[in-house]
Amino acid sequence: MLYSTIFKKASMAISGLFLIIFLLQHFAINITSVFSGNLFNQLSHFMGTNPLVQFVLQPILIFGVIFHFVMGFVLDIINKRARGRRYKIYKGNSNASWVSRNMIISGSTVLAFLVLHFYDFWIPEMDYKYVKFLPENPDRYFEELVHKFEDITRVVLYVISFFFLALHLSHGFASSFQTMGFNNKYTVLVKSFGKLYAFGIPFGFAFIAIYHYLNH
Amino acid sequence: MQLKLKIWRQKNGKSKGKFETYYLNDVSPDMSFLEMMDVLNENLMLKGIDPIAFDHDCREGICGSCSMFINGEAHGPDRLVTTCQLHMRKFKDGDTIYVEPFRAKPFPVIKDLVVDRSSFDRIQHAGGFISVNTSGNTQDANATPIEKEDADNAFDAATCIGCGACVATCKNASAMLFVSAKVSQYSLLPQGKVEATNRVLNMVKQMDEEGFGNCTNTGACEVECPKGISLENIARMNREYLLANLKG
Ligand code: HEM
Ligand code: SF4
Ligand code: FES
Repeated sequence: MLYSTIFKKASMAISGLFLIIFLLQHFAINITSVFSGNLFNQLSHFMGTNPLVQFVLQPILIFGVIFHFVMGFVLDIINKRARGRRYKIYKGNSNASWVSRNMIISGSTVLAFLVLHFYDFWIPEMDYKYVKFLPENPDRYFEELVHKFEDITRVVLYVISFFFLALHLSHGFASSFQTMGFNNKYTVLVKSFGKLYAFGIPFGFAFIAIYHYLNH
Repeated sequence: MQLKLKIWRQKNGKSKGKFETYYLNDVSPDMSFLEMMDVLNENLMLKGIDPIAFDHDCREGICGSCSMFINGEAHGPDRLVTTCQLHMRKFKDGDTIYVEPFRAKPFPVIKDLVVDRSSFDRIQHAGGFISVNTSGNTQDANATPIEKEDADNAFDAATCIGCGACVATCKNASAMLFVSAKVSQYSLLPQGKVEATNRVLNMVKQMDEEGFGNCTNTGACEVECPKGISLENIARMNREYLLANLKG
């Protein structure tokens, strides 16, 4: 059963939905940096030092991300093989959106972004706390954040990535409900809310990056 | 109208196959696509060339045999039709038309445009039925009241003709629309509920064994399906499948 197509799909949907929930929480904390550096510091300090977050939730998150993209690549390879010989002419556009057909491209862009993002924030953070064992300074987070977004290249890369994240989610959100067997009279709502989330949250993240670039 | 046809020719399952170019004059816009193919074949035979093999039977959109991938779309550019119901007026004078067989690993080419869709039959055999005692005490189906909505949905699902356009169209060569239609047409009715759990497990298992790809909800199948089978069936099948596994 674990190897069935539907189960693999369901695991994609569950990990995707999990990431969607995580993203909301991530955004809720980051947006505070726009109006209160202090609040942002407090929240980051809590997230960065709370053992439940650090040693339970964080590993789950990392597992979720890795699982999601590895499974995404595996399924993509299986699916390409299922076609066999390719069509000479294939009008994908005539019956399905570009976004829905190219989740692997939008996903890979997000993956490339995650590598950069980990290099920017996560690795220095791990280094600070668990390698160098520097003393915790609850006020360092806001400064570190602002400092990163002084660099225009980084801001541009982040904004481009958020755009692809929006594309990924604009199909992924509603798609995961369909996968989990949820398709009924509320599906219109799921689709509208999905679009709102898919563009709203990445737009918000882009706003934060640009805001700090302009106000440093 | 005058047409340039680029048609896939392949001697048998083992040979490589390639596109051949044919020209056809005086095609009437009122012809169906298959009639146009008939005329082309007559011309070929007069020239001593092996006619193009293609599947057809009812020629009225109910048997599902006429599998052709025309200009990049299953059953061509029209919607809610099979190839036999597609008319030449959908094309323009001077058009180049590419005709390929339905392509999927589980649909191997037999000859030219004819593919072997017996993988669909095997999926049906795995669970697409209800077991009824036929020794004389069979209950009249009409004696069981069924809600209108369920009856309608079951009937809509049952209109699937097993043509395989969903597989041919899907970028993942997934058979989920077909299988979900076959699962739904039974599981929505009380007569089909008895074996519903095993049915969905067995049919999905067979579908996977045949080597169809994984659905990614692009929705292309629903658009290309000649019978307008809805994605709701796929959601229903996923729901039943996941629940069936929870039940064990
Ligand atoms: C790390 C890089 C990522 C890669 C390579 C990736 C790749 C993929 C692929 C290939 C699919 C399957 C396409 C489909 O079923 O339609 C998919 C689906 C999905 N992804 Fe991602 N993804 C990534 C990151 C993310 C992130 C960060 C989120 C959420 C914040 C996310 C949310 C989703 C959702 C909700 C689905 C839909 C699942 C479904 O259709 O059932 N993905 N992803
Ligand atoms: S679901 Fe539609 S496209 Fe697929 S086999 Fe049935 S009738 Fe053909
Ligand atoms: S020949 Fe029967 S559906 Fe086209």
